[in-house]
Amino acid sequence: MKYTERFDGRKFDELRPVSAEVGVVKNALGSAKFAIGKSVAIAAVYGPRELHPRFKQNPETGMLRCTYNMVAFSGSGNRVRPGPSRRSKEISLVTTEALAPVLDLTEFPKAAVDVFIELIQTDAGTRCAGICAASLAIADAGFPMKDLVAAVSCGIVGDTPVLDLNYDEEAYEGGAVDIPVAMMPRKEQITLLQLDGKLTKEQLKAALKLAKKGCKDLYEVQRAALRAKYQGERR
Amino acid sequence: MITGKEYVKDLVKRGIRDDGRDFSEFRQPLKVEYGISGKAAEGSAQVTIGDTVVIAGVKLETGTPYPDTPDEGTLMVNVELTPLSSPEYESGPPVIDAIELARVVDRGIRESHSLNFGKLCIEAEKKMWIVCVDIYTINAAGNLFDACALAALAALKDARFPAFDGEKIDYRTRTETPLPLERLPVACTVWRVSGKLLVDPTRDEELASDARLTVAFDDDGNICAMQKGGNSPVSEQEVDSIVDISSQKAGMLREVL
Repeated sequence: MKYTERFDGRKFDELRPVSAEVGVVKNALGSAKFAIGKSVAIAAVYGPRELHPRFKQNPETGMLRCTYNMVAFSGSGNRVRPGPSRRSKEISLVTTEALAPVLDLTEFPKAAVDVFIELIQTDAGTRCAGICAASLAIADAGFPMKDLVAAVSCGIVGDTPVLDLNYDEEAYEGGAVDIPVAMMPRKEQITLLQLDGKLTKEQLKAALKLAKKGCKDLYEVQRAALRAKYQGERR
Repeated sequence: MITGKEYVKDLVKRGIRDDGRDFSEFRQPLKVEYGISGKAAEGSAQVTIGDTVVIAGVKLETGTPYPDTPDEGTLMVNVELTPLSSPEYESGPPVIDAIELARVVDRGIRESHSLNFGKLCIEAEKKMWIVCVDIYTINAAGNLFDACALAALAALKDARFPAFDGEKIDYRTRTETPLPLERLPVACTVWRVSGKLLVDPTRDEELASDARLTVAFDDDGNICAMQKGGNSPVSEQEVDSIVDISSQKAGMLREVL
């Protein structure tokens, strides 16, 4: 089935409207709000602090722990039951792994750095929105980072490669493949890659190319958000 | 050594608050923003009181009426003290403080008969609306009782029914019909620190407090819910003073809605 025009009128390589703001949770060491289309994530960083249970402490380095959660009213369908699900636990894991490569926590042996992500409104691409928010929150907290991390989904709708699928596209009756990707935008290294659906090798290549462009665009939005808070400040 | 708690107690004893406010003064900004999750929740709002930020959302579901109230719908209130909002909170099942908060907010709405439960019944004994209010802390910096109660009300006020054909709910289509919210029960909590009564405490002031009393008022100024907290007793005289203070402050909070 041919998908020739996007439901919301975007170009095939165009992101939904994006906005980002850092410093939204005063109690936290660092925090950020990130919105892409109708998906909105808030992330906050606490630590380094003592890691429990103790047997998980690593004497060589601190440990990053991310927790992804959808608030009960965040979905456009039924209420989401509070508390962790298998899905949210897996996303927490892959989010942690998407962010860990840019951090060096050897300065904080045995400690934990906790990142909490709450999705307050969801419409596809929530794990990527969470990663973008978390990356900004970690930067806001002032941890040394090798790069930011930007994340967006790419995929195939019908047989057309597209960037940043929304809910209607994910549910496209002609079939859709969703590929969440996180990247270190300057180093062009991939830190998250998941896929569900069926596609050819060529289609994958085309989709990943779009994701790379998307991550570079997001990187500029992230930098602008950090600049908005820190411009003019001197260390 | 002077700890934070002793410092706050000493200040209050001398009639001073750390941030310079009067004992009966709320922090600024004091505001309600509607529709913060407007594309997903049937109703939503964010309440800011000084540094404290909470969000609330309403989801509507259908279910079978309870046997003892076959011609009424129902309400469910849940509070999550998120680890995102304070280093004091951890992940895991709801702690007792969250349960108490949710129950006090629930009682304020339920016992004031704000929501007309009769109008939430779709078909007696068969089908009813369940109004689910979920409240999340975004930055927990004191006075969660008042912030959560206000956020719940604001989200209820913001809510619109989704399209419903008698069988299934179409969440993607919103109607213009608001909830049968006939009254607005506003709660105000008064805290005692060093024998003095104050409102809208910071977290440090809460930790220095030995008693608190939450009082909710309906539109006509009737009391519709109360909850005393803290490890120390309060006198009858103090209850009188607290009711006076909270009634006046509840009027002020009502205007923010």
